[in-house]
Amino acid sequence: MVEHRPLRDLVAYLVLSLGVVIFAFPVYVAFVASTYDAATVVSGNLPLVPGGRMLENYYRAVFVGGSRFMNQPVGVLLVNSFITAIGIAVGKIIISILSAFAIVYFRFPFRKTAFWIIFITLMLPVEVRIYPTYKVVADLRMLDTYAGLILPLIASATGTLLFRQFFMTVPDELLEASRIDGAGPLRFFWDTLLPLSMTTVAALFVIQFIYGWNQYLWPLLITTKDSMQTIVIGIKKMLTTTDELAEWQLAMATAVLAMLPPVAVVIFMQRLFVKGLVETEK
Amino acid sequence: MEKSVVFNGKLLPYVLLAPQLAITLIFFYWPASQAIWQSFLREDAFGLNSEFVGLENYQALFAQPEYYTAIGTTVVFSSLVTVLSLGVALLFATQADKNLKGASAYKTLMIWPYAVAPAIAGVLWFFIFHPTLGTLARPLRVMGFDWNPMLNGTHAMVLVVMAAVWKQVAYNFLFFLAGLQAIPKSVIEAGAIDGAGPLRRFWTIIFPLLSPTTFFLLVVNIVYVFFETFGIIDAVTSGGPAGTTTTMVYKVFADGRLGGDLGGSAAQSVVLMVIVIALTAIQFRYVERKVQY
Repeated sequence: MVEHRPLRDLVAYLVLSLGVVIFAFPVYVAFVASTYDAATVVSGNLPLVPGGRMLENYYRAVFVGGSRFMNQPVGVLLVNSFITAIGIAVGKIIISILSAFAIVYFRFPFRKTAFWIIFITLMLPVEVRIYPTYKVVADLRMLDTYAGLILPLIASATGTLLFRQFFMTVPDELLEASRIDGAGPLRFFWDTLLPLSMTTVAALFVIQFIYGWNQYLWPLLITTKDSMQTIVIGIKKMLTTTDELAEWQLAMATAVLAMLPPVAVVIFMQRLFVKGLVETEK
Repeated sequence: MEKSVVFNGKLLPYVLLAPQLAITLIFFYWPASQAIWQSFLREDAFGLNSEFVGLENYQALFAQPEYYTAIGTTVVFSSLVTVLSLGVALLFATQADKNLKGASAYKTLMIWPYAVAPAIAGVLWFFIFHPTLGTLARPLRVMGFDWNPMLNGTHAMVLVVMAAVWKQVAYNFLFFLAGLQAIPKSVIEAGAIDGAGPLRRFWTIIFPLLSPTTFFLLVVNIVYVFFETFGIIDAVTSGGPAGTTTTMVYKVFADGRLGGDLGGSAAQSVVLMVIVIALTAIQFRYVERKVQY
């Protein structure tokens, strides 16, 4: 830097630390609440240090379930969330890497049209066409199924654009070389292009996993059975009873469990996460 | 950009494109066109018959005082969230850009809220500001402030804004930090040699150079507030009290499901589609050209 002033660094440390504390505070309070019994939480005098009921609360939330609000333990919801999030991430990667391969490495009639058909989906999030999409899924008898949770959310262009962008940077010499070796398009894709794309695949996986895990409106609409719900909407269900009956300590334990996988992904795969975030927005 | 070396294939490219095209047509184009078509129809109470009513749904929509309230709420909500989350993120990013020890740890500790689902962010903030249980609501009450987001519309709005900003700062921080780090140090040094202090350098050198990032984030944030905050609003206030936090997207959902007014809900969807398309078009048109580098 231009000039080095200890005071300015101190201010920076203070501002950043304050920010970190503010960011962490709501999650910390939720965690503390998940370690007490219902009476302490409802009393409105929640202590600021964790209590001793953590294991009991988490055990009850994951394996038993609070009987009053939902007849499914959170373990089931966690499994649903994992299947949905991984399904969305993997599904999107497969369809978009294939379509990007076709668009970049082939010349065929309607190529531009196909690109535009895919590209336009960038503009309309699922929220604005929510009821008609619901009807389509209902007509296909996909309500309360994983396919219904997954397929409508992978209909978008971000992955295709990302792979297209990456393929454009792959040197043509590689293709020429594999041609000389007698490789056809699928061989080239599998042996050369796919291994080169692994970082991009991983980055897209991280972003899509978080996106899929955190879905709310769509699973809320198309799941009617408790056994098909995801954990994010499960929390809301737990709190829709009147305040006196809501078991906040279990709801907060569930909230902590619901945050854990995506937050862990961001922290432990930070480089991929940042890469995916920056590149899908281009 | 086009590849100069390509494969010859007649059938294969179509086979490769088929999965994505099929899913896009079934789950995107078909419902989107249905939304447009439905906005010209009126269904009877049982959903058995529908008749073509032209623009009646739109006329009814724009004659509804509640719709203007929802537009007003959306404007207030999105301005507050966008300005606050950009401002706070820029503050943190400029501090984190200062070559500090442990800068990367701070970065990690700043960006994780991005991964929290909007609905959960809403539940967390609702819990700490819950009028009777909330850890932070108690001090407010002790100070004699009658805090109650469940009854007071302004309080409810403050609460959803806080939750929405909390979640969005991480994203903006990341992009601002990248933007700041991309500014050549020599430009800033030149400013310093000319005698400009830190604040002056920020406003006359750094901030203008950051404008492409800021503009890009502006559009992304507006889109975020429009759509992704649905979960926050539904989890915290369900659009209440008395409709004070019902945004345009929330109203599409509430009218279609709870009200059963599919035609009206579809007309609202079409209005939203037009807004998003306009925003995206602005983004593509201006983000590269008009904002100075």
